[in-house]
Amino acid sequence: MKTRVYVTLKNGVLDPQGKAIHHALEGLGFSGVNDVRAGKLIELDLDPGVSDADVEAMCRKLLANTVIENYRIERPETAA
Amino acid sequence: MNSAVIVFPGSNCDRDMAEALHLVSGRAPHMIWHREPTLPDGLDLIAIPGGFSYGDYLRAGAMAAQSPVMRAVREAAERGIFVLGVCNGFQVLAESHLLPGALMRNGGLSFVCRDVPLRVENSQSAFTARYQADEIVTFPVAHHDGNFQADEETLDRLEGEGRVALRYADAVNGSARNIAGILNEAGNVLGMMPHPERAVEPAHGRTDGRRLFEGLIEAVLQPA
Repeated sequence: MKTRVYVTLKNGVLDPQGKAIHHALEGLGFSGVNDVRAGKLIELDLDPGVSDADVEAMCRKLLANTVIENYRIERPETAA
Repeated sequence: MNSAVIVFPGSNCDRDMAEALHLVSGRAPHMIWHREPTLPDGLDLIAIPGGFSYGDYLRAGAMAAQSPVMRAVREAAERGIFVLGVCNGFQVLAESHLLPGALMRNGGLSFVCRDVPLRVENSQSAFTARYQADEIVTFPVAHHDGNFQADEETLDRLEGEGRVALRYADAVNGSARNIAGILNEAGNVLGMMPHPERAVEPAHGRTDGRRLFEGLIEAVLQPA
């Protein structure tokens, strides 16, 4: 069961990498890009028995640094 | 002073730290591999060195913070043993929640590797007792992720409680309020991005870092 965790910088936290990507896109001649924020996608292959609470704990304890990052969990509709 | 240097896969300033501790304290430190669940008895100082522990995977310091030895370091810190985290060591301490805030990619995105002037903001801690308040010292920095960030409330608390030990005299990496090094609440844990261990003998070009270790030795020999 593939679960996806999206880790993104909190609003207001300056994203130097997003800024650099933005500049590079402008350098390539792409217009109309107002802002770029870079984040991470982490895919977890989980046993069906792993609870949502467990995934939350994984995010808080390791996958995201909640001082600067938010996380969003996307679990597939459980077939079980 | 009885000290230990923690070694992670990817540490690369562990030897520098060991040499500096040996030189200044006259005693070679224990070198402790990250898998060790326990630390030697009778330690006065634990140093977490610079480098790229676990290849900076996920976030700088994030994997090291989960290693067995860090559980022992956390317990030692709670018992009041001095803990010094330099560069990657600071990142490890922040990820271990022994210090607040986080160290992000440098604001300018570039790896910064040069000597920088620092202001000693708090000369009351064991780490900074041999410096004068507001003294400007020069330490080398060499990092890509030294941009210290925390929410405004945390920053105000750090400032109010005198826990900003060192501040960059000029902007270096985008750090909030130019913070270069912070103390924990009890004052026995210091995290800093600049490298005091690379400024301890004349051959280094400067010796400003030496007094940081001397202050610790003094604190250990003459407990308050």
